[in-house]
Amino acid sequence: MSTKRFIGGEIIIKALIDQDVEVVFGYPGGVTLPLYDQIYKQNRLRHILVGHEQGGMHAAEGYARSTGKPGVVMATSGPGATNTVTGLVDALMDSIPLVCLTGQVTSNLIGNDAFQEADTTGITRSATKHNYLVKSTEDLARILHEAFYVATNGRPGPVLVDIPKDVLLGTGAYVGPEASEPRNYKPRLNPDAKAIEEAVDLLASAKRPIIYAGGGIVNSGPKASKLLTKLVRATGFPCTTTLMGLGTFPASDPLYIGMPGMHGTYEANLAMHDCDVMLNVGARFDDRVTGRTDAFAPGAKKIHIDIDPSSINKNIAVDVAVIGDAGKALDKIIGLWNKKKIKPDAKALKAWWRSIDKWRGIDCLAYDQDAKAAIMPQFALETLHKTLAGSDYYVTTDVGQHQMWSAQYLRFDEPNRWMTSGGLGTMGYGIPAAMGVQVAHPNSRVVCVTSEGSLMMNVQEMVTISKNNLPVKILSLNNNVLGMIRQWQELFHDNHESECDLSGGADFIKMAEAFGFTALSASRPDEAAGAIAEMLATPGPVFLNMAVARDENVFPMIPSGAAHNEIDLGPNKQLVSA
Amino acid sequence: MSNDESREHTFSVLVDNESGVLHRVVGLFSGRGYNIESLTVSEVEEEERLSKITIVTSGTPMIIDQIRAQLDRLVQVHNVANLTSDGPSVQREMALVKVTGKGEQRVESLRIADIFRAHVVDSTNSSFVFEVVGQTDKLDAFIELMKPIGLADVSRTGVVAIARGAET
Repeated sequence: MSTKRFIGGEIIIKALIDQDVEVVFGYPGGVTLPLYDQIYKQNRLRHILVGHEQGGMHAAEGYARSTGKPGVVMATSGPGATNTVTGLVDALMDSIPLVCLTGQVTSNLIGNDAFQEADTTGITRSATKHNYLVKSTEDLARILHEAFYVATNGRPGPVLVDIPKDVLLGTGAYVGPEASEPRNYKPRLNPDAKAIEEAVDLLASAKRPIIYAGGGIVNSGPKASKLLTKLVRATGFPCTTTLMGLGTFPASDPLYIGMPGMHGTYEANLAMHDCDVMLNVGARFDDRVTGRTDAFAPGAKKIHIDIDPSSINKNIAVDVAVIGDAGKALDKIIGLWNKKKIKPDAKALKAWWRSIDKWRGIDCLAYDQDAKAAIMPQFALETLHKTLAGSDYYVTTDVGQHQMWSAQYLRFDEPNRWMTSGGLGTMGYGIPAAMGVQVAHPNSRVVCVTSEGSLMMNVQEMVTISKNNLPVKILSLNNNVLGMIRQWQELFHDNHESECDLSGGADFIKMAEAFGFTALSASRPDEAAGAIAEMLATPGPVFLNMAVARDENVFPMIPSGAAHNEIDLGPNKQLVSA
Repeated sequence: MSNDESREHTFSVLVDNESGVLHRVVGLFSGRGYNIESLTVSEVEEEERLSKITIVTSGTPMIIDQIRAQLDRLVQVHNVANLTSDGPSVQREMALVKVTGKGEQRVESLRIADIFRAHVVDSTNSSFVFEVVGQTDKLDAFIELMKPIGLADVSRTGVVAIARGAET
């Protein structure tokens, strides 16, 4: 073993390079100066100086979600570290692998309320999958590699490593990734054969089956999506994908019935409600999907594939639990399905599809553009989808109505193409996430769909985007109101529009131009398609401010705490015959 | 339905003896709204730097399964045993009980201590400190009996537990 000694900062650079890290998103500060001095001295690692640490976190999430590799962030102590907290929780909720390195005050000052001191490991303990305070430069390399291992193995998540300044300045030996597996953390990847057998037997017996796929398939890697597609096509079962799972099964396939849950399609929700066998692959029975849990799929036997044993029976009790990697489990299920030469009950399945097609025939996502003077947000997104279709593109969103319309009208045929803040619902996610995606995929089209509320929450990253010549396209659906707040106030609070009005805000065109973007605007329906095409065709970063109808609601909608068959179709409800 | 009944369970959790591990375990309970009725922690393996945390909690079977799974996925946790459902176990707790009084009260407190096999570990003209070991309900009963005599102060260790038999 080499006895060569390295300075703490050098060890970090070496460890990141050994972990195949190409880019870090960061912001320097007092205690991380020794680390930044090492960044200065090398040219293998690309550092992107962000505008705010939260922006760095979401950029790393976008990078990670679109590549399948962990995202890396550097922040200083105190405020730098506290600014990462929202991003950490966001990544924790959506199982995004991140490694966040924070500086800490010199060891002998810890606990003294020193300048820019915060109890970072204390604050982030429940915001991370795991975190570390490095006490000696000697431990630094091992802990960094262990952090990558923990972030990417099992259910992925954010890991924070807090590094005091003296550890950065001190010297220690370097160890590689192979010597640094945690002695204890060994998540189970291979599912139990008996559980697979039970799952296959249940699927074989199904008369009204549904396959409900989630973000775990994205985390398992592109192969898992291929296997999901293979299983769905081999069985002929209907498939629904969650907000985090969009693209894991091709939306263009006739077996796809849309997203389930609060703003899911009529057909997906009624099929979830009426099914007799449900196969959940890598989703977590989130409350936005299940609605009222005691009325969730009341007649169904449920199979749940999840890599995290604590997800099993957390919200919904299931009949068969398959613990392991989604891809490995799907592979085994397909293998056994073929080996047993199972033929689904064709007659029952045909009748089931007849019901589903009847629900689908309602066309719950229909909207009326022609009669309106304003651009309908649904129309804007359908137009975006048509314009992007067939090209190499990625979409990020912010949070609110535009996010739900994006999930409904942008139809993805591949995984890793859709980045959104699902679990935490973080406004301000979209622009920095798009930056991270574009850094990872410099030659692809990257579009951020946002709206003027979310836009202002990490607007500073527009500067980072233009400074780095990243050709991110921002489509802001401007309706002068916090739309989702207004929608709930209309539906559940006697239409009291309390503190949701955003009219009279910034001149977004001037703002975008000041930030180095080409700024476009559109407000009439006949301008929408041209403006979107121009946005995509214009080189460099482009901001399109699209004025849309103010009082449009997202439908279908299952009110919070209601059952799937209590779905509200909004203006389309007259289409349902009793 | 009996399946939804909340019951007491004792978990024994083997963890890395590192800073933050207790905070993480306790934070898991408070963050997810689980009860902690008793908690003890101490190093049990010096060389391997392992500590054992014994937690008495209560919940429905679904919650108890969740607690186990949530504990199990913590990086610093090596092993989780549910000593209530995994098999028979021995559970003990110790209390130091201060009783003040004079004359007949002192005699009575010694008499009760004798029945409970409690030891006197400190004595003055007007007080005793008893050390009493046993199951939680035995300690509860002892303390209850000392109340009318002159119970002045109590310190309890919380429950420690171990599985019966040769298996570890």
